[in-house]
Amino acid sequence: MSYSSELYQQVILDHNKKPRNFRKLEDPTHICPGHNPLCGDHLTIYLEIDGETIQDVCFEGSGCAISKASASMMTEAVKGKPVEEVRGIFSQFHDMLTGDMDPSSGGHQLGKLAIFEGVKEYSSRVKCASLSWHALVGALNMQKEVCTEGEQDPS
Amino acid sequence: MKREDIRSEFPELNRRVHDHPLSYFDSGATTLKPKAVCDGLRQFYGEDYATIHRGAYLLSEKATQSYEAVRGKVAGLIGASKSTEIIFTSGTTDSINLVANTYGSSSIKSGQVILVSAMEHHSNIVPWQMLCERVGSVLKVIPMDDDGVLDQDAYQKLLIDNEVALVAFNHVSNALGTINPVVPMVALAHEHGAKVLVDGAQSVAHCSVDVKGWDVDFFAFSSHKLYGPTGCGVLYGKEDLLSSMPPWKGGGDMIYSVSFEKTSYAEPPARFEAGTPPIAEVIGLGIAIDWLLSIGLKEVEALEGEVQKYALEKLMEVKGLRLIGKAPKRAGAISFLLDEAHPHDIATLVDSKGVAIRAGHHCAQPVMTRLGIPATARASLGVYNNKEDVDRLVEALHYVNKIFGA
Repeated sequence: MSYSSELYQQVILDHNKKPRNFRKLEDPTHICPGHNPLCGDHLTIYLEIDGETIQDVCFEGSGCAISKASASMMTEAVKGKPVEEVRGIFSQFHDMLTGDMDPSSGGHQLGKLAIFEGVKEYSSRVKCASLSWHALVGALNMQKEVCTEGEQDPS
Repeated sequence: MKREDIRSEFPELNRRVHDHPLSYFDSGATTLKPKAVCDGLRQFYGEDYATIHRGAYLLSEKATQSYEAVRGKVAGLIGASKSTEIIFTSGTTDSINLVANTYGSSSIKSGQVILVSAMEHHSNIVPWQMLCERVGSVLKVIPMDDDGVLDQDAYQKLLIDNEVALVAFNHVSNALGTINPVVPMVALAHEHGAKVLVDGAQSVAHCSVDVKGWDVDFFAFSSHKLYGPTGCGVLYGKEDLLSSMPPWKGGGDMIYSVSFEKTSYAEPPARFEAGTPPIAEVIGLGIAIDWLLSIGLKEVEALEGEVQKYALEKLMEVKGLRLIGKAPKRAGAISFLLDEAHPHDIATLVDSKGVAIRAGHHCAQPVMTRLGIPATARASLGVYNNKEDVDRLVEALHYVNKIFGA
């Protein structure tokens, strides 16, 4: 099976078609738009944090299937979790995408998110899968916006 | 020459990608290389290598002759009258920056207008914006319609209403495939006293160019989109313009004499070629030009035109496919969208079937903004693409639709 057919599994396609928590939060405690100039993907993460816990998380925007499904599955993965734990999951997710961590070796909290492992074979798509996470961390850090890269699309 | 004979000269077409034969549709970004170019580079680096313009020994003399001979080949390809009007650069981007930093900085004044078209590559926008910041000139845009055709009435009005110093536009659009009407646009610019730079990056490998007949002032292109090596390109400039232009980069080879008190500069083209140039790459470009001319540009146009027509018809069979760019005269790029799949997903999935296409804004973000889309998928043609490639692209797009449940 090729990496791309592994990548475009039913779970990802389903989240792309019916993204979870795909809405705007009217009164968020944290908000951050993310932009991937390579794909033209834009999405905004909204958070409601109560003390140390992410009470609610949702997103809106447009993008490729990988970025949308990743954002959708991220919201499910982080809702109700303490901020520090979420930062830890981001770090594991990031390491998986860059090939620095093998999810099959265990000892991580990625759960269903391990499905994005195939993305690491496509360096140009790593940013699609990580856009929502960067925006989430941007929101936690009170950044105005995040951008996955400088322009990298010659001709 | 038959298409299959041409294909047989590209070793890379024999390789497999994800266990499928390769159908390469990214010639707009860079073309594959014919065996003659690969062999020529190997020969030069392996057996004939030496620096140029230091001719105290045989190998350097020979290398200099080989390098300088390419100016004549380029002049022949694009219809320049003199080989001294051909400057070697690192590519189209470098060529345009050279004009902006020499002609632009010395001749374009505060308040004057630089016109670019709405379908330019970033490399034909940003150098002019930077120039405007330096000298206080103003950048204005020739608009286009929804099909990707420039509005000639608006262009004329811009020339009438403004003191236009320079017009810069592409011969063929890398994002839309539009062929722009160079001859009347140049004539109109000249009527209003403006100089013209034509970005030929997407045209020289696909159709005949005649810089003298068309009366363009500057013409820029890259070797690597013309079946030649990366790292080298060309700026053509009219002799009188080049002679009046100050140098840009200073260094060896561009001087007449140097002392700590005063340096005088060499005549063009040497004035604009400071430092050791990409010698092998220029020689490789010469081989690529010989190779392309052995087919003939008319034949190239016919071969590509046939496949382009077939592709435009066959793509219509794909459910939910929308063409982006519908200019009646076109070459090279075919941009499209699918209703159910984002361009980047399309590119990744067709790649799994051995079909190489491009997805993104193609360094033409203003085109995407103008058309209200974030990106397109782009299949761009080279002389080696055949109808089987198109069939495989279409089949792969059906597969994308299947994956996305369209």
